[in-house]
Amino acid sequence: MLPSPFLHTMAALLTIAIFSFLYKDNPVYKFAEHVFVGIAAGYIVAIEFQNVFLPNLWKPLLAGDYKLVVPFLLGVLMFSRFTVRFNWLSRWAIGLMVGTFSGLAIIGFAQGDLVAQIQANMLPLKAGSLIDTFTNWVVIIGVLATLVYFFFSKEHKGALGASAKLGIWFLMVSFGASYGFTVMARISLLVGRLLFLLVDWPASFGIELIH
Amino acid sequence: MEGFDRRYVFVVILLVVLIPLLAPLGLPIRVSKEVVGAYDAIERVPPGSTVYFACDYDPATLPEVHPMSYATLNHLFSRDIKVVGACLWPGGPPLLEEVLTRVGEEKFGKKYGVDFVNLGYKEGREVVMVSLGKSIPGTFPADFYGTPVSELPIMDGIEDFTDVAMIVNISAGYPGTKEWVQQVQSRFHVILAAGCTAVSAPEYYPYYQSGQLVGLLGGLAGAAEYEKLVGVSGTATRGMDAQSLGHLAIIVFIVIGNILYFRSTRSRRRTRG
Repeated sequence: MLPSPFLHTMAALLTIAIFSFLYKDNPVYKFAEHVFVGIAAGYIVAIEFQNVFLPNLWKPLLAGDYKLVVPFLLGVLMFSRFTVRFNWLSRWAIGLMVGTFSGLAIIGFAQGDLVAQIQANMLPLKAGSLIDTFTNWVVIIGVLATLVYFFFSKEHKGALGASAKLGIWFLMVSFGASYGFTVMARISLLVGRLLFLLVDWPASFGIELIH
Repeated sequence: MEGFDRRYVFVVILLVVLIPLLAPLGLPIRVSKEVVGAYDAIERVPPGSTVYFACDYDPATLPEVHPMSYATLNHLFSRDIKVVGACLWPGGPPLLEEVLTRVGEEKFGKKYGVDFVNLGYKEGREVVMVSLGKSIPGTFPADFYGTPVSELPIMDGIEDFTDVAMIVNISAGYPGTKEWVQQVQSRFHVILAAGCTAVSAPEYYPYYQSGQLVGLLGGLAGAAEYEKLVGVSGTATRGMDAQSLGHLAIIVFIVIGNILYFRSTRSRRRTRG
């Protein structure tokens, strides 16, 4: 295991190298980017091999769990994609995966989103307090207006057009909220890196730069 | 505006984020009802019960969501609640290990295998979630270190989600909160509280409104609010001044950008007229 100051210094230099792109594209940035991509790819392969392939397939198979021959063969078929002549064989394994995940996604969406969200939008038009009543009206009108906007079977004119326009306003507000949250996320990442450079890195040398 | 060097924006953002980190302003943190919902749900869990802690993120989003893990685990361990942690992201297990060791073992003196366990990572996303609802030891036969879960006292009597008081999910994307709601909460009716990156938060608020989530921590702000509730001053609280000033700078830039845009379009119209 390498000493902490060395690892922290390496991490700090790579962070600064990545930030150098903000000035302009440069070889130091390119080097840090390639190091990251290479390490990330290697890490994923190692993790998948150690945590998935060995314990879930290889070790039980060698221990006599022969039903695992089926997923093993399906896994081998995935490698047929590297040959032009036999790449059609990989479709069996892909088909199984697509079918399984589609089935789960459809059930999950129907149970977790469709039914539950329709139910959640059946709100009382007169609630306990004035603010709750107002909120319920905003939610109901917002949902209906936005749905009208996505109704394309009739030209958006008259009452339909006005509702669709209101729907656009609701959509714009939601996009604004999403943008605000995205800004928050990016600033958080910057805060995290700066805290690393100002707190963790000096601390690895026993220096306390800020309290 | 065409000739404006955007590097000035970067410098301003760097300064407004850096200065409050060096000289904190101590701006107030207001706790939202979504965060209180998560806190109250953990408060209702009886001491000695077990909570499933789904740690679904990797180092890319560490600054945002790791403080949530620290804050929620502080709360769980302070109430003597046992924690069964696992990950659906390959980069998650070492992060889970770090936070469990620092908070559980070092701060609260909890024992690995008795009071908490790290089951590690499992590939399969939604399939793993559904499988956990049928059998937790069947899905994770061994922990992060390869120890069979049957040898760990914490796993005695833990078969599926009916044996855990609630699920706390800290996630940074797919698979994450949305999938836990769709595949687990709606199917097995488990109490679910979540913490997520700020980018994902707007998508998950409807789940809180519908009651599918009992609480939601959105981004660094959510983490800071939770730290305030549990009385811990962590990295989220430390970063909130910088976060607030960063937002203020962005707002100023948007206003200036719009003023300059409208001025330039007006002057162009005048030139044409």
